[in-house]
Amino acid sequence: MVALDGNAIGGLLQEVFGTDLTDAQATCSTCGAIGLVAQAVVYLDGPGNVVRCRNCSAMLMVITRIRGMNCVDLSGISALVASQPS
Amino acid sequence: MEGTAVPGRLTWQVATVTAARWETPSVRTIELDVPSWPGHRAGQHLDVKLTAEDGYSAERSYSIASAAAEQVAIAVERLDDGEVSPYLTDGLDVGDELELRGPVGGYFVWEKGDGGPLMLVGGGSGIVPLRAILRERERTGSDVPVRLLYSARTYADLIYRDELAAHRDGVEVFYSLTREQPAGWAGYTRRVDPGLLAETAWPEGRNPLAFVCGPTSFVEAVAAELVALGYPSGRVKTERFGGT
Repeated sequence: MVALDGNAIGGLLQEVFGTDLTDAQATCSTCGAIGLVAQAVVYLDGPGNVVRCRNCSAMLMVITRIRGMNCVDLSGISALVASQPS
Repeated sequence: MEGTAVPGRLTWQVATVTAARWETPSVRTIELDVPSWPGHRAGQHLDVKLTAEDGYSAERSYSIASAAAEQVAIAVERLDDGEVSPYLTDGLDVGDELELRGPVGGYFVWEKGDGGPLMLVGGGSGIVPLRAILRERERTGSDVPVRLLYSARTYADLIYRDELAAHRDGVEVFYSLTREQPAGWAGYTRRVDPGLLAETAWPEGRNPLAFVCGPTSFVEAVAAELVALGYPSGRVKTERFGGT
């Protein structure tokens, strides 16, 4: 499994959430660390798109694409702070 | 699906290849005419989707090699075991169509107002978004000083070699060729390590802004070393391409 970062899912996140989130700050619900989504650890070569906390490796989010649906598990993020689109 | 009219939502669209040229034996620049392109910023990327006749599709991201307001161009490196890249480098012709979405990314971007001095560190194809940043600097008449450290395996693997070698006021370029060097080579010959960075990076007292791009292990080593040199981690922007 090759580790990428949040830049690699920028397009998918924009598809799902309607805005760029790579510059957003995510708080890890496991360890409390705050990090930029762009710098999260990302794996794209598994069954889903896995985003992990760079500080503690806990799952931040998982996005699985099945039968035309984006299934998003956000339970690993306790807060997300993103700029308002200008 | 609805959504094409929603502001901010990315949609897939069909682009046409208007030009293609080899930069190195394994890297090809592809210029694209994208009908509904909203414009882009230096450092952003776009996503390409290839769909087979049976409906199977594969998506990959490629950094945009052009400055804002320039025609969209990407540079694709052929990976021997790649699922997508061999088609883009060896199968695609001028006039062919490509499904893509973009531009993507609001973090790994540079605009004139972001200032500098800039510390650009690229490994292999990681040079592509850095070249976009250099072109943006030139396009906007910015005079922020730049140091570019570019690591590649061999001289033949240097992408945009002639463009980077052309004299530019305020831009210093350092090269490291890690596998093989031409006779008389005066540049570095080893992987980027703390000593090499200490010799080439802006001192942290200049408040530099760093952009590091390339294979994941390269980016992580360089970013850690820049932070060790005193760069605030918030001033070291990273984009990992995977690979080794």
